Amino acid sequence: MRYIPITQADKAAMLRDIGVSSTEELFAANIPADVRLTRPLQLPPAITEMEILSHVAELTKSNANLQDYACFLGGGAYDHYIPSAVDTFLRRGEFLTAYTPYQPEISQGVLQVIYEYQSMVCALTGMDLSNASMYDGASALAEAAGMVVAQTGRKKVVIAGSVHPNYRRVVKTYMHGIGVEVVEAPLDHCELDLNKLAGLITEEVAGFIVQQPNFLGHVEQVRAIEAMVHAKGGLYVVCADPISLALLEAPGNYGADIVVAEGQSLGNAPSFGGPYLGVMATREKFARRIPGRIVGATLDTRGQRAFVLTLQAREQHIRREKATSNICSNEALNALAATVYLTLVGKEGLREVANLCVQKAHYAAARIAKLPGYQMACKSAFFKEFTVNCPKPADEINKLLLGKKILGGIPSSVDYPHIPNAMTIAVTEKRTKGEIDALVAALGEVK
Amino acid sequence: MSTVPLIFEKSTSGKRAITFPRCDVPEVALESLIPSELLRQKPAALPEVSEIEAVRHFTQLSRRNHGVDVDFYPLGSCTMKYNPKVNEEVCRMPGVGFAHPLQPAETAQGNLKMLHTMEQWLCEVTGMDRMTLQPAAGAHGELTGILLIKAYHESRADLARKKVIVPDSAHGTNPATAAMAGFEVVSVKSNADGSVDLAALREVVGADTAALMMTNPSTLGLFDPNVTEVAAIVHKAGGLVYYDGANMNAIMGYARPGDMGFDVVHLNLHKTFSTPHGGGGPGSGPVGVKKILEPFLPVPVVQMQGEQYVWDWNRPQSIGKVHGHYGNFGVVARAYAYCLAYGPELKEVSEYAVLNANYIMAKLRDYYDLAFDRFCMHECVLSAKTLRNEHGVKTLDIAKRLLDEGVHPPTIYFPLIVEEAIMIEPTETEDKATLDRFIDAMQRIAKEAKEDPERVKSAPHTTVVGRLDEALAARKPNLRYRGD
Repeated sequence: MRYIPITQADKAAMLRDIGVSSTEELFAANIPADVRLTRPLQLPPAITEMEILSHVAELTKSNANLQDYACFLGGGAYDHYIPSAVDTFLRRGEFLTAYTPYQPEISQGVLQVIYEYQSMVCALTGMDLSNASMYDGASALAEAAGMVVAQTGRKKVVIAGSVHPNYRRVVKTYMHGIGVEVVEAPLDHCELDLNKLAGLITEEVAGFIVQQPNFLGHVEQVRAIEAMVHAKGGLYVVCADPISLALLEAPGNYGADIVVAEGQSLGNAPSFGGPYLGVMATREKFARRIPGRIVGATLDTRGQRAFVLTLQAREQHIRREKATSNICSNEALNALAATVYLTLVGKEGLREVANLCVQKAHYAAARIAKLPGYQMACKSAFFKEFTVNCPKPADEINKLLLGKKILGGIPSSVDYPHIPNAMTIAVTEKRTKGEIDALVAALGEVK
Repeated sequence: MSTVPLIFEKSTSGKRAITFPRCDVPEVALESLIPSELLRQKPAALPEVSEIEAVRHFTQLSRRNHGVDVDFYPLGSCTMKYNPKVNEEVCRMPGVGFAHPLQPAETAQGNLKMLHTMEQWLCEVTGMDRMTLQPAAGAHGELTGILLIKAYHESRADLARKKVIVPDSAHGTNPATAAMAGFEVVSVKSNADGSVDLAALREVVGADTAALMMTNPSTLGLFDPNVTEVAAIVHKAGGLVYYDGANMNAIMGYARPGDMGFDVVHLNLHKTFSTPHGGGGPGSGPVGVKKILEPFLPVPVVQMQGEQYVWDWNRPQSIGKVHGHYGNFGVVARAYAYCLAYGPELKEVSEYAVLNANYIMAKLRDYYDLAFDRFCMHECVLSAKTLRNEHGVKTLDIAKRLLDEGVHPPTIYFPLIVEEAIMIEPTETEDKATLDRFIDAMQRIAKEAKEDPERVKSAPHTTVVGRLDEALAARKPNLRYRGD
């Protein structure tokens, strides 16, 4: 068989050493007859490596993909450039085929990468400590909601209606489990209505969750919100875009207690939605409350600096039902991608990426807003995404764009019915002026 | 070289690796676009290195790490099997790795079809009716599964069911999951062979039982002979039965949780279906259910509508979403390739996994204590109790001595119900020579423990670092680089 390297001679010798005449005896000794499957599995016959490659290529060849289409979709999954060296390390078997570094003496590679990752996350977010990664931005946000509930003992969480709709769904799913009420704060156009928010933040609220920039692309008044939340003794959770943090203020500098981010944009392929990278960082005072693995530096018996999983008394394998979360496997390989990415682009490169996004997004917005029938859905500032009202429903427009090999923006109709014909357009550093002009021209053809 | 400086310590101001094209649209001052109070005052202190320095740094680090590609990795309960390289090509194909999750479904039909097909195949392997591929890992699957059970009881207004029963041999994720879903955890003791103690179970089940979570084969690597009885007892009390698929590599094609009476099953594609563990993740934890739980599955569900595959969001009883998109699609694509490579011969995977584990047990039974003396399934549990009592050499020492042999040690001190446990899962992808080399090392260490115990207790001797001061790490947490 393909990946089974035992020969028939090996098998015979092994059975002899075990003292049985067939593997069937081993199964018969374990599995009662009444639960045995007595027919073969109904699966298509095995095929070879060559056939697997041609099968999947054939299956997926009709998919639109970001190598053939100019992508203006965002919403937490962005078409940022991935430097060549990133994949070199994702394919290194020493990283790829290892598990959680339980044996630190032979896992210093992964452990040091995670320590460097945690250091970079802290540098970007302005926070004191980061965990080793979580499943994705949405589930990390849900875990943050659980953290503020556990920390404050309060049973209500308020979340901005401008947070990614899917993230809000995940937060609600998790909070339903522990009987916590989730209240959505309403919007004024494309940003939070601060007057209405003030009425929602009470002393019963464990925490408030904001996304910066928000799902519609626009910036929130994060400093004013901070004062409101902390005045009532709640905790402040900020869901940030990591690329934006090169230019936008670090949440640690405006009072965030927990920062969560979707780390896909840091060197991870869009991959139809996963695997992505859940980033989570917090203040030192919550070190024993944060879920997930954490790596720390220590010394070995020879007095050398070395790295090890630490503060494990929070985790499920030690604390069982009293653990801060059930998380075990995380997204270490995606954290490796982020670490290599941030190393390659470096301090100046990340600012360049962010600036290119801002400039191109504003160029696109200005041109689109001048088209007849299109207007910006709100006046507030934005980073690399913005929302425009269109003359027709966005999914109809997107159908026209597809014919020109353009993936248009996210239609707002389902999640933001107050702007039914709007579209949220993302522009990364990869979009050329030519592609943006083509988008504008195509939008201009919509009647 | 026994330490590698941090990438931050290699940083020199002004060095660059990647540069970007000049801005091709008219540039505007940032301050005119974004209010200054929202702009960053001080750049993030990221490293500044050249490309070759970056590449050498991460290559050096990779050489300080053990993986399945390097050598044997018999970490019990983790199924560290070979991760086929073709799977890495499949997940990087343009339509797979470079598809956007929010692109219209009609432009991603290949991927929806792949998800739909995978769901059917995994249902066939497990004997379930429907499956969600949204959970991103095993524990995430557990949470999803237990929330499905919660939704089921709530839909019947059966609100008194506040307890989840978990055997004391279970993985820590089981009780942690039940607590995260708002349940009280009731621990039930196991028999010496890791099976559920039926008398103890009968005592704790009742009108407050929401579910029982069970791993079968158990964490002792033994199939529970009373599994159908266990399911019947819980069902009779009105509870549902949850199957932790951590040990699915033992039974593919031989038995199916659906046929044993389980209502919910989670799989670990990163264990059983050969996707790489990545240094701790990503994984994928699909959850299969019987018909009664289908209405509660996370949204969206892939459905066939005529000739088209569509996302079905209109599911009013759904628990909602557990992941920002559709789960770890890139991992599912790798597992899809693995299923194509085996088809119905997945049964041979389990056959050889069980053969290899029993071979190791047979060869080591005279050197270590057996947790339980019976043919095992895909993993065997030994104990160093006698070596500890007579020579002061503990399981931890044996594990550290194995590091000098170039293999990853087995899982140690788990399951908790076995003293000085050594849990060995060789998987089906090892050749006999590798198994024999491991067996030889384990036998030599057992002898050395008697003849020169200090040599074992002071191991490892050949690794890049010695044993670590874990107490110091926890007492004085140093969790990030802080500059000079």
